[in-house]
Amino acid sequence: MDKPKIAIHKFASCDGCQLAFLNMGPELLELAAMVNIVHFVEAGMVAPQEEVDIAFIEGSISTEEDIERIKFIRKISRQVISLGACASSGGLQALRNLADGDQWLRELYPEPQYIQSLKSTHPLKKYIKVDFEVWGCPVNTGQIKQLISSLLLGAKPQQTRDRLCLECKRQQRVCTLVVKHRVVKQQETGQQACLGPITAAGCGALCPSVGRACYGCYGLADNPQPHALSVRLEGLGFIGREIAQKLLMIHSYEESLQKEAQQLSAKQRDVL
Amino acid sequence: MSNKKTVPVNFPVLSRVEGEGALEFNLDQGRIEDLKLRIFEPPRYFEKFLQGRHYSEVPDIVARICGICPVAYQMTAVQALESLLVPDMPEDFSLWLQKMRQVLYCGEWIQSHALHIHLLAAPDLFGFNSAISMAEKYPDIVRRGVTLQALGNDIIRLLGARSVHPVGVKVGGFHKAPDPEAVNKLLEQLEALKKEACELVLWLDSLDLPESRQEFISVSLHNEENYAVYQGRIISNQGLNISCEQYQQYFKEFQQPQSTAFHSHLNGQPYLVGPLARLNNNADQLKPEVRSLAAQLSVDFPDNNMFNSIIARGIEIYSCILTAIDLLQDYSPLAQAWQPVRLQAGECSGATEAPRGLLWHYYKLDKDGLIIKADIIPPTSQNQARIEQDLQTTLQTYLLEQPENYSEDKVRHLGEMVIRNYDPCISCATHFLKLKIND
Repeated sequence: MDKPKIAIHKFASCDGCQLAFLNMGPELLELAAMVNIVHFVEAGMVAPQEEVDIAFIEGSISTEEDIERIKFIRKISRQVISLGACASSGGLQALRNLADGDQWLRELYPEPQYIQSLKSTHPLKKYIKVDFEVWGCPVNTGQIKQLISSLLLGAKPQQTRDRLCLECKRQQRVCTLVVKHRVVKQQETGQQACLGPITAAGCGALCPSVGRACYGCYGLADNPQPHALSVRLEGLGFIGREIAQKLLMIHSYEESLQKEAQQLSAKQRDVL
Repeated sequence: MSNKKTVPVNFPVLSRVEGEGALEFNLDQGRIEDLKLRIFEPPRYFEKFLQGRHYSEVPDIVARICGICPVAYQMTAVQALESLLVPDMPEDFSLWLQKMRQVLYCGEWIQSHALHIHLLAAPDLFGFNSAISMAEKYPDIVRRGVTLQALGNDIIRLLGARSVHPVGVKVGGFHKAPDPEAVNKLLEQLEALKKEACELVLWLDSLDLPESRQEFISVSLHNEENYAVYQGRIISNQGLNISCEQYQQYFKEFQQPQSTAFHSHLNGQPYLVGPLARLNNNADQLKPEVRSLAAQLSVDFPDNNMFNSIIARGIEIYSCILTAIDLLQDYSPLAQAWQPVRLQAGECSGATEAPRGLLWHYYKLDKDGLIIKADIIPPTSQNQARIEQDLQTTLQTYLLEQPENYSEDKVRHLGEMVIRNYDPCISCATHFLKLKIND
């Protein structure tokens, strides 16, 4: 049987998710023995037109050309897999969707007419069917290896969207929502604003492992309850703006987070 | 006779623009006119969405500007922001912190340089389309490269928990000090790979690199104590010596129609940042072992052949391994690796040496610690004018030799090799610019 052909494409992003391949170390050479990487610009293979079995896509869609290109990739790829936050939910740069993108462009660039850009940026699924989403900002090598192993065996990739809290508890980490670690004023300490209760596991509970609160890299867990979390955070002394900004960070594209943030700011206006 | 010649260039490895990078110039009897390097990467507006955020969120946000050099962005941000600290950190804590930040930064240099040399540059020099195909013929060389790259990533993980967008850095210190056992394990790895790094440098020196000698201004950080990575004044080989607060008085950014990346000039001229510029300015500050290795090479620094940048990267890998060993040698952990901080309102700036060269940040904070204004100038923007100048010179030399029967493939290949010397990071290069905010 021929080795499956894979392609790795990039749209607006930091390149960090592709590094999950390039950072494999010697295992990258082993991977290359199992699959035929036909297109991966960052690693030197260029064949954007070639039909492939699996296309991994990093980055969000931000220009008219991006839309054309992602539709073309869909046509030539048996399976399309989104790689990371930008491709799956627009990523950090989707924060501009909540503001006036045109105004930002004018304020940043003295010659905005040189820049081609859509008003807002979107995940792949707005434009094409995505067969599988890999979450994370960035995704890690372990996720990629597991995914490719499943696909090579012809199995449907598995993905649980359990809360980070499960992963964290299994590691017996101290809960950052419980222990007082944050300096509020001199001498006085408080708990941190952890997004673990609404965030999907998968990173290995890295932030709690260094004693800090999760900030939501891996996207929303199944059945998240942002409102319940925000009530809890208010109880810990955080103000509406702080909570809204924590919620609207890497995955600000998620409607449930936007809704909660709006309610928080409406409430703050009432108080004032 | 004037014929407009547009040579489209697809920069596979180096610019990662997926068909959106192109080199364009007019050719008039073998003379290049109006050369433009087109770079298009959609803007991501980082400086805008930093506005209104609390300073404590800055390290996590700016890391996302570049997946290959997130540490550089984090280090520059915390350096800038901590200049607004009241009161200052206790001195012994500050010393410990500077040491650990340098270690973290060494990890990124090793990782990024090893990636560049082995996955991006070497395959091209040997005529392979990728490191994977090169590994079939030169397995040991590629394996050594990815092993060094992995070492760099392990160093970042020691202090940052993961190597891309590490989570360990905060304004005021690190979230957690590494365990001594982990440090000892890393020290063993560093010792074990010292020899490999040394061999890498000798191998790079043995390569048949092209030669293109040019006049250019080398800009880098410099401090009295060591080969500057994390701290120092901004100097040039032509007498510039300024603090990072003075940056904008001397360096000016401007936009070009052909590119989303900003260009930058020093006193109206292009300039070079990055490994070759650093060695040109600071080679005498390398550790004695590194200097004696460098003395065995065919190249002497300062040097003006841009193609020797790859050797400069190799030397810096070796230098970083020795530096990391030194800094971790008598490691003692702290129970709390951060200080409670209070930042006063005001303006601040910071500059560090990213793997690709000087990185400059500016922030303005209000009394609640919220960002009013941010400005980030990455190394690739700073190098872009210099890259165009280099392309012009190098391609012109070739085209004057072959005014009638030049080969387009050769022009394309030469152009790609020139650009690759700067290790441009296109993701980094685009979103930054002068922030003009209507206060």
